[in-house]
Amino acid sequence: MAESISRSLRDGCLEGEHAPALTIEDSLASSLGSSVFDHFLAHLVSQIAAGKSQARGLVLVAFNRSPAFYLELLRRKGVDAQHVDKRVRILDCYSDPLGWKKRVPPLKTAQNLPVKANVACFSDARDTNKLMASILDLGKGTSYSELDATSCNVLNLVYLLTEFVGQDKSRFAVAIDLVSSLLRYTSLPTVAGLLNKLRSNDQTSCIVWLIHSDLHEQRVSAALAYVSTMVASIQPIAQCTDEQTSQQNSVWLGKNSDKAKLHVRLKRRNGRVKLLAEELHLDQVGVKFTAVGAQNSNVAKSLLPKVQFNLQLSEQERVERAKVVLPYEHQGNGEEIQIYDGRRSLSDSISISQPSVASPVISDTQVAPGIGEIHYVRDSDDEQPDSDEDPDDDLDI
Amino acid sequence: MNPSFSSPTTNLLDEALGIGRTGSVPWRIALVQDCVEASGAFLLHHLLKRSLSAEAAGAVVFLGLAQPFSHYDRVLRKMGCNLSLQRNKNKLHFIDLLDLEFLVAGGTDQNAIEDGFMNLYNRILRFIEANNLMHNNGGWIRIIIDDISLLEIAAQGSSSHTFDFLQYCATLTSELDCSLLILNHGDIYSSEEDQRLLSHLDYLSDVVIKAETLSTGIAVDVHGQLTIINKRALGELGWSSSKVYNFQFKLKENAVEFFYPGTKF
Repeated sequence: MAESISRSLRDGCLEGEHAPALTIEDSLASSLGSSVFDHFLAHLVSQIAAGKSQARGLVLVAFNRSPAFYLELLRRKGVDAQHVDKRVRILDCYSDPLGWKKRVPPLKTAQNLPVKANVACFSDARDTNKLMASILDLGKGTSYSELDATSCNVLNLVYLLTEFVGQDKSRFAVAIDLVSSLLRYTSLPTVAGLLNKLRSNDQTSCIVWLIHSDLHEQRVSAALAYVSTMVASIQPIAQCTDEQTSQQNSVWLGKNSDKAKLHVRLKRRNGRVKLLAEELHLDQVGVKFTAVGAQNSNVAKSLLPKVQFNLQLSEQERVERAKVVLPYEHQGNGEEIQIYDGRRSLSDSISISQPSVASPVISDTQVAPGIGEIHYVRDSDDEQPDSDEDPDDDLDI
Repeated sequence: MNPSFSSPTTNLLDEALGIGRTGSVPWRIALVQDCVEASGAFLLHHLLKRSLSAEAAGAVVFLGLAQPFSHYDRVLRKMGCNLSLQRNKNKLHFIDLLDLEFLVAGGTDQNAIEDGFMNLYNRILRFIEANNLMHNNGGWIRIIIDDISLLEIAAQGSSSHTFDFLQYCATLTSELDCSLLILNHGDIYSSEEDQRLLSHLDYLSDVVIKAETLSTGIAVDVHGQLTIINKRALGELGWSSSKVYNFQFKLKENAVEFFYPGTKF
């Protein structure tokens, strides 16, 4: 199911449709949204790097975590640094969202970190029009960089030239790491407008964003769900009630800290809504998705009461049982099965039967003394076999 | 009190928070969430003392809004740490409630509040700069805020501006060798709207320390309990798993004793 999300992000949008959009929402009860976001982001970038996706590049709008974190994350996920430099552009809204750093004197002693060419600082988070323009500018940059431009100047030149020609139809993906931060700076209609504009832009291939749903009113989640085609909502695996003591609370916290349920709502073009659920758990490498029942069946097995007898057969017992020949089955001594079905006439049965089989019309003298036999002679061949007759047809019941 | 006996119990907190011998910490942002019945101020004192110890190679910016400097000085002196001396040595930069310019100005103008916070941020930056110049390497910087609700009051109740300021403090932690410790009260927000600042802080922080009263009621030997949630972080060896610690504490005259539930007789 997580694969189907990745697939639709990879395949991008169809001609004449809006770009597919994925909302990832979590809450404090199960705050694994960032990890899930990282998973889909890394997967998408690796697909872009391999040239398998519709998007030729990705613009990451970083509100929640620093660009350095994302570069490190992609490096750890095994995406080639060269591809990251070429295909990924990061709009840094984390370091200076309100432009304070421009207004205060900079640190003289700051270690000058190497400025990455693919990171652009954005310092006016309240202006969504400017944000939109920056995202589109960066997105265009990713599409053209595939022309193996080695130096930045050449890149700019190619960029300008292609922009003049304006024939390139390649698309790019957009990832916004926390819409909740954006909502802090502006209002919901503005944010929804920005997302809608991004979706309907003919250069966008797909959009992914994360939201902490408990930081906003219910209507915010609903509004964002309407502008997205897929909603992945992360729910706690163990629910905590108010009555539980804090001691149990810590157990509950421990349970939910690395496991969660992922509920996915997919909207088809015809309006059909598909609901899916999966479990996710975190390890040292990242997020792993498993089917919901996978772990439950093990639990169910262990929950069976411990009894002295087996309710189930082992594999060996099953094989042995298959070998057993039941009494009514032919014992396999090479002879044909002789079961009288009551239909064949006496003469038939004689003609079919082997000579060794004793005929019913045998004189008393031939029979060994002391062995009782029942002789039955049919009245005629016209008589219907007994089995078909209703023995009570003469009674008026 | 036998010092050899008290030392391992104190380490329970240091162990949960991953405080090294030199006072360094593996996290960037920690949130202490307390309530009226169980104050979390002692945690700030403890961490302040650890940060200013002789082995520690760093400096502290302390936004002491809840109490005057003399109060902290007295408390820490009992714990064996001379704040005035550290202040003179420029290892501690103390910012008083009265120092906040935007509060003194008393205006409700939104821009004035934002400028006030920006100036506060600038002050922290300048201290870091001075510290780095004075000590060649500079070591790490720890920013301690006691407490965020008073900062919010100073900002005429604007939690949005307060959070902007925290956001800038948080960027310092990812750009420089810096960590942020915030105290906030969990029981002062009644409406859901107000709760959001608390939730924001929770999302922002790597470690959440909750100080609560005992669920079983008041006890003479136990003053409260701590729940420490270490969130998952990307480290040298990939993602570390998140950990939850739960233990109880007893406040003594000049120290705090930490122990697991049921181990104190």
